[in-house]
Amino acid sequence: MRPSPHRAPGLLLALLALLALATQAPAKAPAKSLALWPWPSSVKVSPKLLNIVVENFLIDHGPNSTAGPSCSLLQEAFRRYYNYIFGFHKRYHGPAEFQGGAQLQQLQVSITLKSECDSFPNVSSDESYSLLVKEPVAFLKANSVWGALRGLETFSQLVYQDSYGAFTIKESSITDSPRFAHRGILIDTSRHYLPVKTILKTLDAMAFNKFNVLHWHIVDDQSFPYQSTAFPELSNKGSYSLSHIYTPRDVHTVLEYARFRGIRVIPEFDTPGHAASWGKGQKGLLTPCYNPSQQIEKFGPINPILNTTYTFFNTFFKEISSVFPDQFIHLGGDEVDFECWSSNPNILNFMKKKGFGRNFIRLESFYIKNIFNIITSLKKHSIVWQEVFDDGIELQPDTVVEVWKGENYFEDLKQVTSSGFAAILAAPWYLDAISYGQDWRRYYMVEPLNFVGSKKEKQLVIGGEACLWGEYVDATNLIPRLWPRASAVGERLWSPATVTNLDDAYSRLVIHRCRMVSRGIAAQPVFTGHCSHEYEMKK
Amino acid sequence: MAGCRLWVSLLLAAALACLATAVWPWPQYIQTYHRRYTLYPNNFQFRYHAGSAAQAGCVVLDEAFRRYRNLLFGSGSWPRPNFSRKQQMLGKNVLVVSVITAECNEFPNLESVENYTLTINDDQCLLVSETVWGALRGLETFSQLVWKSAEGTVSMDSPGGSGFFINKTKIKDFPRFPHRGLLLDTSRHYLPLSSILDTLDVMAYNKFNVFHWHLVDDSSFPYESFTFPELTRKGSYNPVTHIYTAQDVKEVIEYARLRGIRVLAEFDTPGHTLSWGPGVPGLLTPCYSGTHPSGTFGPVNPSLNSTYDFMSTFFLEISSVFPDFYLHLGGDEVDFTCWRSNPNIQAFMKKKGFNDFKQLESFYIQTLLDIVSDYDKGYVVWQEVFDNKVKVRPDTIIQVWREEIPVDYMKEMEQITKAGFRALLSAPWYLNRVTYGPDWKDMYKVEPLAFHGTSEQKDLVIGGEACMWGEYVDSTNLVPRLWPRAGAIAERLWSSNLTNNMDFAFKRLSHFRCELLRRGVQAQPISVGYCEQEFEQT
Repeated sequence: MRPSPHRAPGLLLALLALLALATQAPAKAPAKSLALWPWPSSVKVSPKLLNIVVENFLIDHGPNSTAGPSCSLLQEAFRRYYNYIFGFHKRYHGPAEFQGGAQLQQLQVSITLKSECDSFPNVSSDESYSLLVKEPVAFLKANSVWGALRGLETFSQLVYQDSYGAFTIKESSITDSPRFAHRGILIDTSRHYLPVKTILKTLDAMAFNKFNVLHWHIVDDQSFPYQSTAFPELSNKGSYSLSHIYTPRDVHTVLEYARFRGIRVIPEFDTPGHAASWGKGQKGLLTPCYNPSQQIEKFGPINPILNTTYTFFNTFFKEISSVFPDQFIHLGGDEVDFECWSSNPNILNFMKKKGFGRNFIRLESFYIKNIFNIITSLKKHSIVWQEVFDDGIELQPDTVVEVWKGENYFEDLKQVTSSGFAAILAAPWYLDAISYGQDWRRYYMVEPLNFVGSKKEKQLVIGGEACLWGEYVDATNLIPRLWPRASAVGERLWSPATVTNLDDAYSRLVIHRCRMVSRGIAAQPVFTGHCSHEYEMKK
Repeated sequence: MAGCRLWVSLLLAAALACLATAVWPWPQYIQTYHRRYTLYPNNFQFRYHAGSAAQAGCVVLDEAFRRYRNLLFGSGSWPRPNFSRKQQMLGKNVLVVSVITAECNEFPNLESVENYTLTINDDQCLLVSETVWGALRGLETFSQLVWKSAEGTVSMDSPGGSGFFINKTKIKDFPRFPHRGLLLDTSRHYLPLSSILDTLDVMAYNKFNVFHWHLVDDSSFPYESFTFPELTRKGSYNPVTHIYTAQDVKEVIEYARLRGIRVLAEFDTPGHTLSWGPGVPGLLTPCYSGTHPSGTFGPVNPSLNSTYDFMSTFFLEISSVFPDFYLHLGGDEVDFTCWRSNPNIQAFMKKKGFNDFKQLESFYIQTLLDIVSDYDKGYVVWQEVFDNKVKVRPDTIIQVWREEIPVDYMKEMEQITKAGFRALLSAPWYLNRVTYGPDWKDMYKVEPLAFHGTSEQKDLVIGGEACMWGEYVDSTNLVPRLWPRAGAIAERLWSSNLTNNMDFAFKRLSHFRCELLRRGVQAQPISVGYCEQEFEQT
């Protein structure tokens, strides 16, 4: 839809915004102290203000915590959050002398069960936490480090710096846990290569929004930047250039950086379609297309009729399953074009022999089943795009189906879950589809369980993903295009279903976006206004 | 540059040497040859022709020489090639620049001549232009003609085989329109000075020559006035961090001048002025609810003498701060509801015999235009001033921004020029509007003269502007949203109307966006692919 030609986007929005601010900010309480994002499941805030004196404040392990100073994941998190809270405001130090009154001196972080300090997070990781802020010590309790990370983020959002530079926090009590276990961001490093730094920045911002899955759509038709140790020719020949690759060391950096922020990394190696870039480094892997009876210099999807194909994938996925620690591998399976297969006489012969007739879905099914078997033999689980389910291909019982088609996604969710499969919702959250104005409101108002289904079916919806496909996105525009638009999805997937007030969300999001800017994330504005510290590009 | 190789392989280049197709905007006349010359970074220099009116000490060109040396070769030193005399003959180590008039200490203006000719052949490496402004355009073109071999670095062993090159070329170039503008809005969001200066750099790469600075609006008043300091104290987002001081404004104007860019300041009245109110009590119209003031304010109050006294003093300051002959006086989207609610306004209208609010608006604008004319300034206004039949001086420039209302923008262009006014086109070029995909194509395809009219009418179209309104734009997303999309408009306004082949434009724009990345500009992609040098996150 074309936007109206008027350049002011409507007084109504502005009025709504003002109204929202008015309700959010009662006379004396600074709105900023309540700008939590995503909103926790239970928040009790008392009017009692505690002062925090930077030099006199400590984040430390609780005495009974199962994690201690040897838990570098938490040590690093303490340092990070200390910096987020105080580090960016150093210029104000000096005049802000503590003048007495109630003071918060410490945040004690206690892990109560197995700390999981040295593990990777997984789909059943416990991210719940409770936070009690009172004079003189605040307590953050979590069953594992993953909950502690979420609680640290919340604590950092509770601290407010007044206009004189002094830091304050209100006595408060928060208990919190995520609504959905799988809260993902998809990045696409094939249509455009993303430098590792951009990926790490994205992981930072994900943690600020309590996202916990990086869905790394690492290869596609356009380029193959993943450097495989078993098949180095894949990136040697299939990447845009030799400087547009992810070395094993790069991948390791991403995995560890993500782990430290409680974020899983799920790699996607999409086949049998979207695989053009594989062909350059692995001869014979793709189907040669014929036109009409002569072989031409064109290739289609993976060639499913050759034993060599499966030998290749056996070795390839063996590598992938050891490089990426997550139990899940995304196998793609979307948008398979049958035209090339149907042009190839060898394919047709094979199908005849197998009794598939001209039913290419059966051929696709045959291929995917073989890949499933490989994945199962590697003790990993599969995620696939919805076509694999839609086409009636036999899935493994533990296969997760990702719903991305926009037309009728509630019906699709219903179909998937009523067939007993777990589902991830991405359809309403394609952030690469940009439009003028506050489209975050649309993303925010999606209710993922708004379909007719049993409780059991709804429980099979394990979460969702905001997808930023890369056709028009690279390191130049990724960050402002993702944030804070993805934040809307972040709250929808974390907060209780009842948190749906748009005005309240607007007033918190405006502040949350400035918070991201102050932490070095070039999050774009929600609407007219300003941040106390604007983003300045460093040269 | 190395991008050539990528370009050839990715985009199936024509037989033409790829370097020529890297030029953006495309010159009016260009002839390139396969014959190429080597440039040696250490030896290369720009030099004034003995007969040039400008000589060393001409700050516009001295500074430009330094800038373009850096853009071409970086600021570091390069290994000195050990070439024989014969090889040296193939090299070019100087671009000789000659201008006819030396306006080194002046400001560019609407009438400035930007023509230049560039000749690179066995005998010459010469840039000739009438003015320093033309020389700036020619230097930019020159910098886009230089390319680097795939091997990248200068090799001592084969000075002819790798390094920097320029092909034999002949260019005669001039702009199609004299006003090629870019609007930034620093009221809806404050833009740090560095964002503005960086934008001026990229404007110069695109041969834009007008920075339309929409300084203030309803949302905030960041311009620090020395006659009325309360305006920013009370009307800015933050009176310390979110303002433009006199020094900032000077810096912008000088930075722009050195790049041949005019600064067209806009102080939009009588609407879009809420932020003026807190600093100047009584300036805005109090709105009434029933018989009492509601506490809210509307447009500038046109019924008070004090309003005109204020504007008189304020615009005296503005006229001296901004050297350009033209000021932009706004005049768009005046909302009549507040005026209508106010009994004093009603009484004033009765006294004046006005029976509709357009007459009241006209009264205000005419008075304002008279004030500004007295300061020997010309003015640009948004189209509503014309649509509402305000009587304006015949030399007024009308800027068309509405796409469909009251009429299609091409019809509007026809009517404005038919009435004998000069026109600027912006309606199809609102860059703040974003959609999925390569929307630069639609902006590129716009033909500003595609309306019914005589050739005299068409001559009255002095150009156009790309507009980046700030409701959803600040320093976090300005640069990728601007570039290379604004480039499409830059070429439309500079190049011949016959330069309209989309495939050719796509290839050159893809290449140009990689060149922008190489120059450190965060220009977003227009399709899938890559650049040799990607943008690096800080």
